[in-house]
Amino acid sequence: MVENHTHHKETFITKYIFSQDHKMISKQYLITGLLMGIVGIGMSLVFRMQLAWPEKPFGFFESFLGKWAPDGVMDPNVYLALITIHGTIMVFFVLTAGLSGTFSNLLIPLQIGARDMASGFLNMLSYWLFFLSSVVMIASLFVESGPAAAGWTVYPPLSALPQAQPGSGLGMTLWLVSMAIFVASSLLASLNYIVTVINLRTKGMSMTRLPLTIWAFFVTAIIGVISFPVLLSAALLLIMDRSFGTSFFLSDIFIQGEVLHYQGGSPVLYEHLFWFLGHPEVYIVLLPALGITSEVLATNSRKPIFGYRAMVASILAIAFLSTIVWGHHMFISGMNPFLGSVFTFTTLLIAIPSAVKAFNYITTLWKGNLQMNPAMLFSIGLVSTFITGGLTGLILGDSALDINVHDTYFVVAHFHLVMGISALYGLFAGVYHWFPKMFGRMMNKNLGYIHFWITAVCAYGIFFPMHFTGMAGLPRRYYSNTAFPYFDDLADINIVITIFALTAGAAQIVFLYNFINSIFYGKKAVQNPWKSNTLEWTAPVKHIHGNWIGEIPTVHRWAYDYSKPGHKDDFIPQNIPLFKGEEELQH
Amino acid sequence: MNTLLIFVVLILVAIAVWQLTKIFELSQFNIKKDDSQIANDKDNDYNGKLMFAFLAFIYLFTIFSFWEWGEVLLPRSASEHGVEIDTLMWVSMALILFVQTITQAVLHYFSYRYRGKKTQIAFFLTDNDRLEFIWTIIPAIVLAVLIFAGLFQWTSITNIENNDEALVVEVYAQQFNWKARYAGADGVLGDANVRFLQDFDGLNLVGIDSSDPNGLDDIVVQELHLPKGREVIFKFRSQDVLHSAFMPHFRAQMNCVPGMITEFAFTPNLTTEEMRQTPEMTAKVNKINKIRYDKSQKLIANGEQPLDAYQFDYLLLCNKVCGASHYNMQMKIIVEEEKDFNKWISEQKTFAQTIQ
Repeated sequence: MVENHTHHKETFITKYIFSQDHKMISKQYLITGLLMGIVGIGMSLVFRMQLAWPEKPFGFFESFLGKWAPDGVMDPNVYLALITIHGTIMVFFVLTAGLSGTFSNLLIPLQIGARDMASGFLNMLSYWLFFLSSVVMIASLFVESGPAAAGWTVYPPLSALPQAQPGSGLGMTLWLVSMAIFVASSLLASLNYIVTVINLRTKGMSMTRLPLTIWAFFVTAIIGVISFPVLLSAALLLIMDRSFGTSFFLSDIFIQGEVLHYQGGSPVLYEHLFWFLGHPEVYIVLLPALGITSEVLATNSRKPIFGYRAMVASILAIAFLSTIVWGHHMFISGMNPFLGSVFTFTTLLIAIPSAVKAFNYITTLWKGNLQMNPAMLFSIGLVSTFITGGLTGLILGDSALDINVHDTYFVVAHFHLVMGISALYGLFAGVYHWFPKMFGRMMNKNLGYIHFWITAVCAYGIFFPMHFTGMAGLPRRYYSNTAFPYFDDLADINIVITIFALTAGAAQIVFLYNFINSIFYGKKAVQNPWKSNTLEWTAPVKHIHGNWIGEIPTVHRWAYDYSKPGHKDDFIPQNIPLFKGEEELQH
Repeated sequence: MNTLLIFVVLILVAIAVWQLTKIFELSQFNIKKDDSQIANDKDNDYNGKLMFAFLAFIYLFTIFSFWEWGEVLLPRSASEHGVEIDTLMWVSMALILFVQTITQAVLHYFSYRYRGKKTQIAFFLTDNDRLEFIWTIIPAIVLAVLIFAGLFQWTSITNIENNDEALVVEVYAQQFNWKARYAGADGVLGDANVRFLQDFDGLNLVGIDSSDPNGLDDIVVQELHLPKGREVIFKFRSQDVLHSAFMPHFRAQMNCVPGMITEFAFTPNLTTEEMRQTPEMTAKVNKINKIRYDKSQKLIANGEQPLDAYQFDYLLLCNKVCGASHYNMQMKIIVEEEKDFNKWISEQKTFAQTIQ
């Protein structure tokens, strides 16, 4: 059969801007996500400098913060704004849209053998809504009263009352509008992913032959569809409280010498609504990274992923449990202590599928033939930080122990390692691994090695000491510790952390240089550079509409026939029929 | 000037990294051109070894951290339930460190041991139900124990029963300070609401309802005094935004929610004076005072005021972001013997006296 789709004449606008091709949309997501990442990580470096040297004026603060940093000393309101926007950007714009948006778009059609997403138009719409919400979020940085500054969780009443802090004025409104648009974008994208995976798999691609990446993206999309609408409702109710005088989250408030009219609402209700998304969001961020790791580890170990069925089962178990653990963020919120017991129970259960995943990754490496490509290093790094960060969850998930470390730097250390750094490593692994697929060129491996090793050392250097400051009782979201002489002996640790952070920031420049340089000057890629089994590597290097010239390949086996005994090559792509006498493994 | 220097150094570092990468790139051209991103045996070899070195780094950094900063971990508990929490905390930490040490070792050792070679063939292994079973069931058993121990403690901490023995104290939060209210002679806190805050020309600091007779003998203060050895039941209120009353030495924390009264209870078991005398605290205070002394010398050299010497006091901090001065919202807590406490409280003005 010849090409069964018609080639429209493409203009610059339909090809690069309002493209409906999933490969182009994926690149748009990646580049937008990286740009947002530069802003988000840059902010963290600025507030880390404030924390390490709280009394020192930095001249360049004044040059870009203006009146918010008179004589180079940062205003406390700016500090709160920076941590708020850092959290928002990293969680939603970089690790949700930038990670999931990029790789779900790129890989779902290519790995399941589809010509494109189920709806190219919705896909385009979801990207442009994401872009719009990014623009609104960035615009909020420039309003007179400053951007949102109530922490990325934006708990009311702080976020609801403009009298409470300058950041709760127009900046907060823009934050809410941006998030509402973001949720719409995320829902359109997720629905598209789900429909595509269910309906458009090629012949032979049964659910049990899906690569684990697709399982991860598929389940992530389902969690997103379940939980994101609740964030939307929370945001809308908050907008009502702010602008239309309702009292969903507010009651009995006296501020700036005035009793407000609000009566009968409860901020705890907002916390429930927020964390009903907020906790699954952790897995929306993490599962795609784990999916990417599964694929990269197996390919580069030249070995099947160990325990495919257990991996799928643990993804499903994590997805199910993730929707019933949100209360562990609220042990001391004033909710009924009995609920605390229930959430402790469900929360600690989630450690079981997580442990299964970690052990299966380690066993995948055992007796492998490990190809230490940059993507492989980041995947191994992910397993390492996933373990280090995940283990302290045993303390935070236990309500009795959480009392004393809640909202301290211990929490900051925990979630940055287990979802921040791990998910970033997943993003980097994905970029290094699929760069040839996205741009038809190869990245430079030596720069990749430099990038990985500096980042890996710094990630531990930044977050490991935070466990210590947290257990010493130091609260997070403090502009400075100088108000408490009791914490004076922690000043050294803060300086060590900041030096590691600045070094880590510099290492990301290496990555950006490698990324941009390789798009234009990288070595031309061959069709299947990693000798991988999945279908995307059977498509030609040059991107075409519809992905494959001629017929879509048919699938005859699972994605992990690496180093199968009795075959000359150490890989057998999924579209190769079973050899004579070969038995397919039962999955 | 310092700022400028740091900035310049950062830029220089960035340039140096940039230039280094160029050198790497150039050296690449001369060796081999056909595998710009695919690892060859040499790459596998040195990255595998670096993986092993990285394991050493994790271990050394852990040891260094405990050696250098171990003393700041979990200051001695000053409440009865705190001692039990600490035991569970240390058991959990020991377990975590054990698992961390073993799994990181295995992970990095495998990465080193099985680093790729042209001649090496990977072992085709897809499943092993027994292994999967083992590492499902072992975490499940360990977690069951932890969950049981944790829930047992959580229930006993949060099960607050009003009784005549206990002292009832209201902790009242507002941007950006704390107040405390004692129930007075009748042992009952009077009704209160933010609507009453403007009564009596602002003298009604926590909004007590003056028509409620229970409230007239209430005592509102700016410093929290607690008797040693007696259960204290805290009632938390906030007048504006969320705050969180965090008392790290007592292993106590509870959010203060506008429109709602939240509760927490503990029994202090070390007076402020006793805590100051403990060897750990003496050492910590000396260390802090040395740091402050060094800083003061610099301040004096610049013609500024030196820092005060530090003396330990229990802290009540705000631990839920509440605005610009969140980082400086604190109240002193003084734990003393019952008779000292009684003397102190008898000297405070009641609400009735304040509004007269």
